[in-house]
Amino acid sequence: MSIVGRHLLGLDGMGAEEIQFLLDSADSFREIAEREIKKVPTLRGKTVVSLFFESSTRTRTSFEIAAKRLSADFVSVNASASSVSKGESLLDTARNIAAMSPDALVVRHSRAGAPHFLARHVGCPVINAGDGAHEHPTQALLDLLTIRKEKGRIAGLKVAIVGDILHSRVTRSNLYALRTLGAEVRLVGPPTLVPRQLASWGDLHHNLEEGIRDADVVMMLRLQRERQGANFLPSLDEYSRYFCLTSAALDAAKPDAVVLHPGPINRGVEISSDVADSNRSAILDQVANGVAVRMATLYLLAGRVRDTEQRQTA
Amino acid sequence: MSDESRVVVDAKGIERILARIAHEVVEHNRGISNVVLIGVRSRGVDFASRVAGKIAKIEDKHPPLGIIDITLYRDDLIRSTEHPPMVKGTEIDFPIDDRHVVLFDDVLYTGRTVRAALDALMDFGRPRSVQLAVLIDRGHRELPIRPDYVGKNIPTSPSESVRVQIRDHDECDEVAIVRARAVP
Repeated sequence: MSIVGRHLLGLDGMGAEEIQFLLDSADSFREIAEREIKKVPTLRGKTVVSLFFESSTRTRTSFEIAAKRLSADFVSVNASASSVSKGESLLDTARNIAAMSPDALVVRHSRAGAPHFLARHVGCPVINAGDGAHEHPTQALLDLLTIRKEKGRIAGLKVAIVGDILHSRVTRSNLYALRTLGAEVRLVGPPTLVPRQLASWGDLHHNLEEGIRDADVVMMLRLQRERQGANFLPSLDEYSRYFCLTSAALDAAKPDAVVLHPGPINRGVEISSDVADSNRSAILDQVANGVAVRMATLYLLAGRVRDTEQRQTA
Repeated sequence: MSDESRVVVDAKGIERILARIAHEVVEHNRGISNVVLIGVRSRGVDFASRVAGKIAKIEDKHPPLGIIDITLYRDDLIRSTEHPPMVKGTEIDFPIDDRHVVLFDDVLYTGRTVRAALDALMDFGRPRSVQLAVLIDRGHRELPIRPDYVGKNIPTSPSESVRVQIRDHDECDEVAIVRARAVP
């Protein structure tokens, strides 16, 4: 029995041992980015297809670099611009992709559960690259790897997640994994984006400085501009007045607190430039670690043969 | 256990092998000014570092020591339906261009590990030469690969396996041949 499942659909329900195994593997892949020849022959002859029903530059690019550094062929399908606009159903798209025999499928979709549906129908490992407000497992894994690199551990850390918690798949994936690994999680934001109903997820705070007090890690989320005027926020201006992470606000956290952000950052909205560019920000380390996490994921999932049994159960 | 094992090199024997190989490396390269040692994970690393310690006593200088993980270069990865093995990472913190690289592995068998290690090494630069040191050469080569420094030649049959224990990876120094006995 192997420790890692056949797909990577989410971190909900994943055990500490499996998460640590993924992080340990990813850590070993970091070194490849520092080589002069940033390529290993491991996935030669394998095909990785990315199927994005939602636009994304950095996640897709990160997966593409990861696949190419492992010598896999990477084919990128921008589904929002192709089949969907012609009326093809998700199941038909899945069948068509499966007929091309990919060795791994990377999926992003605006609906929660779409990658899980595809996993049942494509006959190859599926990696969730974000489904609705549900999960974004590789993002959370790269956050965890960055935290572990900075702090040497996850257990016992105080982690404050700040911003649009309600709509954030990054938060959900992080929350599952952080709690499994023994961190203490606080959720910080205005009541519209951090409603009372989320109390079972962690300590809720509606005041930034209170929420990040003595935190070891401050994880900022991107504020999606479309939330403005949709009854969630009066204005971006007002949001930033209360929840923008400035260096003055960051004084409330531990002196060695590390700041994370999944990007792309809105400078001056949820994070000020002096914090984003300071030595406490690990934002660019996150990007580098993201490639390592995705290399490890592809290696572990696409790095084995497709046998008939797998095809039948799929 | 249904295994039968026979010790072929004891701790004293391993100590002598390490000392001899250290001298051979120094002699062959006329010193160690341009020599680097690289161990293949896992036991090649301990093998290399023990030899490096002995070289340091002879030459008053510790040769650079690196670690190579060949997992990503293996030729049998995609033949398995299991998940691929854990990658533990390569650590070569010095340039290998124009250096004499001595590669260390515990057991030389088919030669496939060495082939993978050579491929991995070439991704790090262009060494002046690559030499191969093995603790045990058990024969049955499948590729045209030959060692430069051999601890001990041990003729084996393919049904046997060679069990190397080396500090600090293991608790003792010992090489044994293990034959799986037919289970009644």
